[in-house]
Amino acid sequence: MNRIGVFVCHCGTNIASTVDVKAVAEALSHERGVVISQDYQYMCSESGQNLVKNAIKEHNLTGVVICSCSPRMHENTFRKACSEAGLNPYLVEIANIREQCSWIHKDITTATEKAVILGRTAIAKVTLNTPLTSMESPVVKRALVIGGGIAGIQSALDIAEAGFEVDIVEKEPTIGGKMAQIDKTFPTLDCAACILTPKMVEASQNENINIYSFSEVSDVKGFVGNFTVKIKRKARYVDETKCTGCGLCTEKCPMKKVPNEFNAGLDNRTAIYIPFAQAVPKIATIDPNYCMMLKNGKCGVCSKVCTAGAVDYKQKDEFIEKKYGAIVVATGYNPISPEKFDEYAYSQCPDVVTSLELERLMNAAGPNGGTLLRPSDKKHPEKIVFIQCVGSRCDDDRGKPYCSKICCMYTAKHAMLIREKYPDTEVYVFYIDVRTPGKNFDEFYRRAVEQYNVHYIKGMVGKVTPKANGKIEVQGSDMLADEQLRIDADLVVLAMAIEPDKSARPLATMLTTQMDTNDFFTEAHPKLRPVESATAGIFLSGVCQGPKDIPETVAQASAAAAKAIGLLCKNSITCNPCVAHSDELMCNGCSACEKVCPYGAITYENKEFRMPDRTVAVRRVASVNPAVCQGCGACTVACPSGAMDLNGFSNSQIMAEVDAICK
Amino acid sequence: MNSKNENLKEQVLRASGVNVLKCMRCGKCSGTCPAYGEMEYHPHQFVYMIEKGDIEKLMNSPSIYRCLTCFACVDRCPRGVEPAKAVEAVRLMAVRKQDGNRLKPEQIPDMLDEDMPQQAIVTALRKYRK
Amino acid sequence: MKNFTYYPGCTLRTKAKELDRCARVCAEILGINLEEPADWQCCGGAYTTAKDEIATKLSAVRVLNSAKEAGNPLITVCSACHNVIKQTNYDISHDDEMCGKVNRYLGLSENYSGETIVYHYLEMLRDVIGFENLAKQVKKPLKGVKIAPYYGCLLLRPKKALAMDDPENPSIMENFIKAIGGTPVVYAQRNECCGAYTIFEDKNQAVERSAKIAESAREMGADMIITACPLCMYNLKKNSGCDIPVRYFTEVLAEALGVEEVGNEQ
Repeated sequence: MNRIGVFVCHCGTNIASTVDVKAVAEALSHERGVVISQDYQYMCSESGQNLVKNAIKEHNLTGVVICSCSPRMHENTFRKACSEAGLNPYLVEIANIREQCSWIHKDITTATEKAVILGRTAIAKVTLNTPLTSMESPVVKRALVIGGGIAGIQSALDIAEAGFEVDIVEKEPTIGGKMAQIDKTFPTLDCAACILTPKMVEASQNENINIYSFSEVSDVKGFVGNFTVKIKRKARYVDETKCTGCGLCTEKCPMKKVPNEFNAGLDNRTAIYIPFAQAVPKIATIDPNYCMMLKNGKCGVCSKVCTAGAVDYKQKDEFIEKKYGAIVVATGYNPISPEKFDEYAYSQCPDVVTSLELERLMNAAGPNGGTLLRPSDKKHPEKIVFIQCVGSRCDDDRGKPYCSKICCMYTAKHAMLIREKYPDTEVYVFYIDVRTPGKNFDEFYRRAVEQYNVHYIKGMVGKVTPKANGKIEVQGSDMLADEQLRIDADLVVLAMAIEPDKSARPLATMLTTQMDTNDFFTEAHPKLRPVESATAGIFLSGVCQGPKDIPETVAQASAAAAKAIGLLCKNSITCNPCVAHSDELMCNGCSACEKVCPYGAITYENKEFRMPDRTVAVRRVASVNPAVCQGCGACTVACPSGAMDLNGFSNSQIMAEVDAICK
Repeated sequence: MNSKNENLKEQVLRASGVNVLKCMRCGKCSGTCPAYGEMEYHPHQFVYMIEKGDIEKLMNSPSIYRCLTCFACVDRCPRGVEPAKAVEAVRLMAVRKQDGNRLKPEQIPDMLDEDMPQQAIVTALRKYRK
Repeated sequence: MKNFTYYPGCTLRTKAKELDRCARVCAEILGINLEEPADWQCCGGAYTTAKDEIATKLSAVRVLNSAKEAGNPLITVCSACHNVIKQTNYDISHDDEMCGKVNRYLGLSENYSGETIVYHYLEMLRDVIGFENLAKQVKKPLKGVKIAPYYGCLLLRPKKALAMDDPENPSIMENFIKAIGGTPVVYAQRNECCGAYTIFEDKNQAVERSAKIAESAREMGADMIITACPLCMYNLKKNSGCDIPVRYFTEVLAEALGVEEVGNEQ
């Protein structure tokens, strides 16, 4: 015999202003099995919870229905309260009469009527609830960090510091990411390499950290605390254990015309290469797209000069498989290509460059050894125009709808550095808005204007025309002067929008975690859980979650590490008991459930069954591993015979809910 | 905004299909406009003044006949605002008024030269007359 | 032999006869059959973007519909016709209200709602013939001639409706020039408006704009400018102060294909 308690929350005026809560409590009190139905101002408050607890004891309740906010908010609160009062926590149901009712309706009569229906539906379900017990699952005490830029390095260092093993998987031959390419950092103007390379070295020397460079994640299975990850170690044609990083091979390699990615393609490297002097690991890599030995078997110079015998032209991609308890995603970003915005003539003129290219042009390790020269004629540019928001804040398919966040500050930095080093250079910045909401950021930008006399022009460039005399005519609007300007510049710098790395989308699929329409990973809660993904055990670090500068990236990287450490500290985690199970007598062995299961939780086994005629038959039936199942319910929908059922969301419970709504 | 302005604005918005609220005031339309120097009101001002309901000023300005309808502002606008379509809608409202025709057929012979293609004439008639 | 419904437009019948003649001769050489509908009307030269009128769009719809009835794609040569017809076709297939009004007015036996595929002659060369195949048929390549393609405003924009090439970094004319053996000259002003649209209202614009375009092409070393638009042709010749030849793209095509006496008509 069911004894159900119903508790209707006012949520202050959030619910009570649109729903007649007293009428709801009164209507639900007449439902079958309901022995007490009450309303209260804040059911989640301590006194509200006590109301529920006392009712459980007093009326010996067998089920509780809370009509309140979304279960995402307070289901756990009420489950815990009921558990404390001696009721199995899975005998609690939440009727969401706030997000799905009071907040979206204006008319009290309609909203009240709907709240009653939602309450009745929960009562119908709770009547069929059964007590469930959670299981425990052990935690593998090792973390995986995907991406070895500043975000990944920081997360790895913090996790390692807490005493856990960490693997970094980096797709490039070296860790360091974009920060390694940057010259100076705002707003303090310290050298990026000077603060980054010690961290790279620290990562390589930390005995808890293992770096898989030139590697990619190719498959992820399992669940929080127990992921199995397949890592592809791409052939670099150099034995990592033998190479000493002496660099002799890179000097002798005859193929010297390979665009150098590290210098944004502004100069060339050799086919066997070490990306830059401070690379970690400092190991050579052969680029198979350019190596003549790999392409047509003619050369072999690097192998001959290598005293360590490290070159191995026969090396193949290798796959390794490892287990991890937590995964930190730090896949970073890239600037978008300027080619779609050719009104700025990027593809027509070498002196129209992107901001990242300018970083290299100004860097001491860059193509000009730190002297700012135009790519075309290696002359000093005397007039430089910066164009901000190229591809950011766009509503069309050429660009991105978001603000890329970092461009205002790095443009101010570039402008200031140029005016500092070359005071005779005139610098113009076309801007839509200058956005500087960081510590010491606005002061920095003002310094560019007031102290360094950078000309900020409110307006946008519409057309760039390279001319035969080497000048670049920049035509733009000056909205404050209501003029159309034409500036004959020597160098034009485009602040391109940034976008998540292309590897992020397939990775999100492997991790069964969510992304937004711009391919940024979605956090579990935009305010309260900003570094966790919605998938348990997957944490987000750096720009893969949204545009960020270095200080913010490092802060988020440490936060993600803290969350991962919190997980790794546990010996085991409590599993969700709402998992699938199959009725072996009904199962026809069709494998439909196995195919749809995203977690690999379902296997098939041959089982002996005693038949009514006393013979024994062997049948192939589905079996769910409750430790792996995440309770998504895909199998219950796919199962043609109705053998699959989900604890807490059984087919009969759902049908009872539907019946209650339609009554 | 008075009701007359409100009405004019409504007509311009409907005829052009332009959503002026998408404008983020970057000024790229005016930065790109080849007719900028010949215009009293510039493309970004058209968008903003339509939003404010200042249609009559625009209707009475020669700017509406200076727009080349080259669609550079349309394709380069980062927000998809389509300023040229807004200019055209204002121009149509001006030439559709009684005696609003900007160009009379009898004026044309004097303006011709022997090489001028027919295209120039039909285009002008379409742009400057109802 | 592939059939196209061919829309010459008003100017190709009068001031731009060579643009038309060369287009027809070359089509025949290339195995393209151009069928000119008997009753086409002038497209109006400029597309009225206003959503609240249909009268200015009807002649374009009529020719689009006659192509549909003939079961052909429609082909245009003049940039302005191309622009008007493609924009009309785009709007009629995207704006239900306009489509409804137009069809209620025309009372065609079957509603027209954007079914016809519209090619510019250059698109036909690229997508139907293929520039590689075109190159094989060239008899007199324009070897060593540095040709500046002038797209102007009408050929590429608005990109949503025209959908012909990247409006900021187009390549169709450059590839055409390569196919006929010439050397394309890339210059930034190739997709800017020449200003001829407002020639009755404000000749100054036409002069200044066209001069800027010619200068930009010449600076980059062009021996010749080619265009698809009779109005641009007029403006560049008459007002730009340009001292290099300006020619229709069909003229240079005809020459490359070995057609005799090209360009003597004007």
